[in-house]
Amino acid sequence: MPNMSPKKLEMPVQDPIVRSGNFEEVALGYTLEMAQEEASRCLNCKNSPCVNGCPVNVNIPGFISEIQKGNLEKAYEVIHESSSLPAVCGRVCPQETQCESKCVRGIKTESVGIGRLERFVADYHMANSKEEVKVPESNGHRVAIVGAGPAGLTCAGDLAKKGYKVTVFEALHLAGGVLVYGIPEFRLPKVIVQKEIDNLKAMGVEVLTNMVIGKVLSVDELFEQGYEAVFIGSGAGLPNFMNIPGENLNAVYSANEFLTRVNLMKAYKEGSDTPIKNSKSVAVFGGGNVAMDAARCAKRLGAENVYIVYRRGEEEMPARREEVEHAKEEGIIFKNLTNPVQILGKDGWVSGVECVEMELGEPDESGRRRPIVKEGSNFVLDIDCAIMAIGTSPNPLIRSTTKGLETNKRGCIITEEETGLTTREGVYAGGDAVTGAATVILAMGAGKKAAAAIDEYIKAK
Amino acid sequence: MYKIVKKKVLNETVMLMDIDAPFIARKAEPGQFIILRVDEEGERIPLTIADFDRERGTVTIIFQIVGKTTKALSALEEGDYLCDFVGPLGVASHVEGLKKVAVIGGGVGSAIAYPIAKKLHHLGAEVDVVAGFRNKDLVILEDEFKAASNRLFIMTDDGSYGEKGLVTAALERLIKEGNEYDEVIAIGPLIMMKFVCELTKKYNVKTVVSMNPIMIDGTGMCGGCRLTVGGKVKFACVDGPDFDGHEVDFDEVISRSSMYKDFERNALEHHCNLMEVK
Repeated sequence: MPNMSPKKLEMPVQDPIVRSGNFEEVALGYTLEMAQEEASRCLNCKNSPCVNGCPVNVNIPGFISEIQKGNLEKAYEVIHESSSLPAVCGRVCPQETQCESKCVRGIKTESVGIGRLERFVADYHMANSKEEVKVPESNGHRVAIVGAGPAGLTCAGDLAKKGYKVTVFEALHLAGGVLVYGIPEFRLPKVIVQKEIDNLKAMGVEVLTNMVIGKVLSVDELFEQGYEAVFIGSGAGLPNFMNIPGENLNAVYSANEFLTRVNLMKAYKEGSDTPIKNSKSVAVFGGGNVAMDAARCAKRLGAENVYIVYRRGEEEMPARREEVEHAKEEGIIFKNLTNPVQILGKDGWVSGVECVEMELGEPDESGRRRPIVKEGSNFVLDIDCAIMAIGTSPNPLIRSTTKGLETNKRGCIITEEETGLTTREGVYAGGDAVTGAATVILAMGAGKKAAAAIDEYIKAK
Repeated sequence: MYKIVKKKVLNETVMLMDIDAPFIARKAEPGQFIILRVDEEGERIPLTIADFDRERGTVTIIFQIVGKTTKALSALEEGDYLCDFVGPLGVASHVEGLKKVAVIGGGVGSAIAYPIAKKLHHLGAEVDVVAGFRNKDLVILEDEFKAASNRLFIMTDDGSYGEKGLVTAALERLIKEGNEYDEVIAIGPLIMMKFVCELTKKYNVKTVVSMNPIMIDGTGMCGGCRLTVGGKVKFACVDGPDFDGHEVDFDEVISRSSMYKDFERNALEHHCNLMEVK
């Protein structure tokens, strides 16, 4: 008899006041008892709509029923058939718009906590499994992956499982892409990312860091070196600025720079050589997950006032609901329906930001209501640091050094929807490099599709 | 890991190292740079590629000890390893079609000016080099520059070697003497490049500068190195580091480069008394 509790079982979290002073993980995860209680809310539906809501189609009722039975390793195996990074996805996927949005229980009450259960299983496996990772039998074919973010790592994992010799080329000194430089420790502990990458390496995937493809080697040279196919998962790492006056003042950061200093370079840690400005009042411009991450990092670095300045209303915020709630609990101040017009400076440093109030008009082509400036509503917010989190675009390096690789007007690589095949034979692409900035799980889905297509392509040769 | 295969002290604060990095050595061109990290706790710092040997697979860096990281780097010996070494980054200097060029180097910037002078000289251009240093003890690469130029003018601030005065004095004299340069290439401290540009603007001589703003990734993903060139925002790591000096907003660059001055001073005090920088 399923557990008919209308609500998801709460997951324990760190106290908001305590956690806003540290970088440790906010959500603490279920215990075995909690996981089994939550798992018993699953109705094990025959048509399993939740599976269709997952971009990599994890067999959700399959793994949940193994949790109910207490077979946690079996549950892990079921997830791992479809997902290479379950500990990551269980934490950072926006389940409310994916698997959990399709859950039958969610029609009348709250959906099953699928993400929390996936996370539980992956964490349990990491903590307890003593099993050696199986090295698949080699099929003798080589594939190069450009970029060690979620798309590249998933593609690498799937191809390695099929016996391919895979080399991942990463420009930074650490693999993981946005998982290591973008998403902070308090949402996604880096040891977890490292363990997932170590698992891939144990399966035979070679990861070469400090390799900027397009500079040190071109895509054409990868083919010359004997790789039979190339997957480009280079992401959308080029930060957008607003082009307003004062943007080059000292202490105006792109969110990418701020988060890279904090997460990748550990600027928050005593003893790290990478500096970051200590600020009293910080404004973060934007309303996505990146804005929430930057604001919450700024708070943890000791800022007294941290503002989210967003030109639409809270309803329209693209950030995950849970992250908005967490940010509020931690004391982040939301200035919605507000837009900056210029950053003010003193002696070369940020001293304030002039903003205008906005109101929402008719929906635009994206379906969101268009923000309109309220005339004469200008006001000044006193700040000493500004962070631009208004989106990113694909880095032009690969497209500008690869002949025959077509991109659209936003600089995104053009691919076939189902396979990820680009306009160059043998070259596949996926993730943010194709879609522009999107989610981790969509990137993983794209990496998965491309791995299947690359397998077919090489076998058919 | 990247092995240090050669270390040479050029003067009391400037050092040369050859790093084993065959992939980078194969592609490097004058004007490009690398980013390195000394160890696992280290920061990423950009250094221009001073030379490279495609056959031996080595890349030469020349650096001045100015802070904690360069000090830690200078403490490493031949046979030691750097944790990270990535490149070649940035756009190579444009040398095509140049017939007569003045290359201006200031202090350790001379190490960056050297590979460009060498390449131009090799391509048959007429190359005048003006290299400026604070005093005689700080002069570097004199023999190398002699071999890579038609004329070499060494300037020292105190007159202890070569001619007394700033590089701009020598450059102005050369221009006044009727030398018509296709281009002046100036590489050195920001303030030196700014004054060279002010001078050449007066004489309407095209001037290219190599910018060295604060960088982190060096691949265009953060914009930490952004500067204003001709009224537009550019990222020095991917659009540069070379820019038209007459278009660069030097005052903004100078302000931005001082952003972490306090932190840098503290980092130095906390960690190292190995060497007194004079």
